Amino acid sequence: MGLRSYVITRVLLTIPTLLLLLTMVFLVMRVLPGDPVSLHFEKKADPLQMEQMRHLLGMDKPLWAQYFDYIAGLVDVNYFSAHGYPNLGKSMQSFEEVGGQVFSAFPATLELAIYSMIIASALGIPLGVIASKSYNSVLDHLIRGFGTVTYAVPVFFLGVILQLIFGVYLHWLPTGLRINPSVVPPPTITGLYTVDSLLQGNFVKFFESSKALILPSLTLGLILSGIFIRLTRTNMLETLRLDFVTAARARGLKDSTVTYGYALRNAFLPILTMVGLQFAMLLGGAILTETTFSWPGLGRYIVQRINFRDYTAIQGAVVMFGLFVALVSLIVDILYAYVDPRIRM
Amino acid sequence: MNCSTPSFRGEIAKLPLLEIDSLAVDYRTSRGTVHAVNDVSFFLEKGETLGLAGESGSGKSTLGLSIIRLVPYPGVIGGGQIKIDGRDIVALPEHEMQTFRGTKVAYVFQDPMISLNPVKKIGAHFVELIRTHEPNVSKKEAFERAKTVLKNLGIQPERINDYPHQFSGGMRQRIMIGLAIALNPDLVIADEPTTALDVIVQAKILDLLESLRKAYQMALILISHDLSIILERCDKIIVMYAGHMVEYADGTELHGRPAHPYTQKLLQSIPNIELSDQKLTAIPGSPPDMLNPPNGCRFWPRCSCTMEICRVKEPLLISIGRNHLVKCFLYGEKGVQSE
Ligand SMILES: Nc1ncnc2c1ncn2[C@@H]1O[C@H](COP(=O)(O)OP(=O)(O)O)[C@@H](O)[C@H]1O
Ligand SMILES: [Mg+2]
Repeated sequence: MGLRSYVITRVLLTIPTLLLLLTMVFLVMRVLPGDPVSLHFEKKADPLQMEQMRHLLGMDKPLWAQYFDYIAGLVDVNYFSAHGYPNLGKSMQSFEEVGGQVFSAFPATLELAIYSMIIASALGIPLGVIASKSYNSVLDHLIRGFGTVTYAVPVFFLGVILQLIFGVYLHWLPTGLRINPSVVPPPTITGLYTVDSLLQGNFVKFFESSKALILPSLTLGLILSGIFIRLTRTNMLETLRLDFVTAARARGLKDSTVTYGYALRNAFLPILTMVGLQFAMLLGGAILTETTFSWPGLGRYIVQRINFRDYTAIQGAVVMFGLFVALVSLIVDILYAYVDPRIRM
Repeated sequence: MNCSTPSFRGEIAKLPLLEIDSLAVDYRTSRGTVHAVNDVSFFLEKGETLGLAGESGSGKSTLGLSIIRLVPYPGVIGGGQIKIDGRDIVALPEHEMQTFRGTKVAYVFQDPMISLNPVKKIGAHFVELIRTHEPNVSKKEAFERAKTVLKNLGIQPERINDYPHQFSGGMRQRIMIGLAIALNPDLVIADEPTTALDVIVQAKILDLLESLRKAYQMALILISHDLSIILERCDKIIVMYAGHMVEYADGTELHGRPAHPYTQKLLQSIPNIELSDQKLTAIPGSPPDMLNPPNGCRFWPRCSCTMEICRVKEPLLISIGRNHLVKCFLYGEKGVQSE
């Protein structure tokens, strides 16, 4: 099977998965106590007004009709070509287009995820390698301890501590938002502020958006580094025992060649798989980080909207998260095929 | 000639290629210490072939790996000397050891299916090896040299860009042998090089090893649990049992006049050697638990000639003829008291 047809098959397979996810969110939201209308009017409810709003939101229709309306909107090609994003309905709280909101919040999450992953792997992989090479020594125990602590510490706690030290006390770094409010964000090209400001050649904006990224991505990155340490250490220990590693040593190859070119290159495959599998969980950490740092991404969007039972907004954001997870697992699979010649297509 | 070196050393006065003296290798495990190699001494001249025989677990690989100082964790060289060209390598710093490996001494492992880096092309294995030890060689030159080696191994040079998984087991072992001889070492240690292969391929690989050894004038240590392979191909033979060297002799001497009961039993368990009325007998029992070996001679629980002394004293390795040593009380009682 060629890489092309493999990718197409994988993409097609994500459609039923996403549909299932969407259906579940659709039902769960409506089973939860409270609905957008009663929450909107709170106690001073006028039954007539409530009825009008219910009608406006299409909530007076039977559930299956609402469901099919929603799906019909989703596959509305005309809407998509007119707006540049799919029709995810109107927010039940602000009556704005959910598609637009979700698509503009996503890059914030993506940017946070990318930088956190960079920090987590830049920290976790070398530490895991060092730990495995000094197996059972004091250094190994120290690194493992560090991994366990970072993994176990709650996001809020670590986030707030970092905010207190570097924001409140030292005044070095902002404690929230993607960019200093007095700086106009760079024009949207990719939606990633650091990338867009560089593309625009504006170093002030690059500096400001990087500064804002440091604390949130450090928080999430530190927490994720624990997973990377453990994964790397375990898989390196396995790989270092293999015959081809001993055989490489027996040929007098340099220690760095053996460690990186032999052991890590091969340990990397299971690490990659595990990271792919745990990616959905990593996004859970992103939601908490966004909330802690008022980071205007998808996670904070969900947390805010869930209080209003903003059905359409939650559905839209969850589908977007689902797409993201599917995309990452596809990229992991392609990378895997690239790293491992045995399954290269 | 009056000489303090072991009697089997003979008259040779010049420095041997490899000289091992009272070597001990231990695995310090959490459940106790395994003395995997105990008081082993021998030497090897340039171009000689030495066979290491003995059942699995007798310490052959541990001995082989100690010569390149790659005994796996938690193994340590507990004592003795390993001299290569007269230089003791036991305490050599690791970076100096690295320059020895591959250039002076090369190692061929048992299972070729797992001895090559799955994510590296065959050519890259050679280029990296050559350029590690000869940094002045260009990539292109190393590549050409690798192609020549492949040709000599009977592998099409075009396959240099293939990955290990694209080769059969026999082919991969050829490649491993190619990597071992690529830098023309003085000594190749082949640790059960054919055990993982088909019977038909086995002889071919051993023939290849033999012809390359002759062509490049290398010494060879051939390790095998199969004494027949070793009898066919080695000048000198060491029989190991439970970490001890129980017999040492030239190939013909060992074949014609095996002294240790263990060696005799090993020979009896080989099918079709000359004797036509031979009864094939497997050795009863199994090798000892190396964490708790028996007192005295380690073989006595399985031996058919056990005497009272065998259970309490460890026999010494004594000379019973020209270049023939045996560690057994049947040939005298000069054994030492064991604790
Ligand atoms: N990594 C290890 N840890 C502990 N004990 C080991 C290890 N490797 C080998 N041993 C022990 O050392 C002894 C000799 O093993 P080995 O040298 O592999 O024998 P052979 O190559 O003759 O089969 C065995 O009894 C085995 O239990
Ligand atoms: Mg072995």
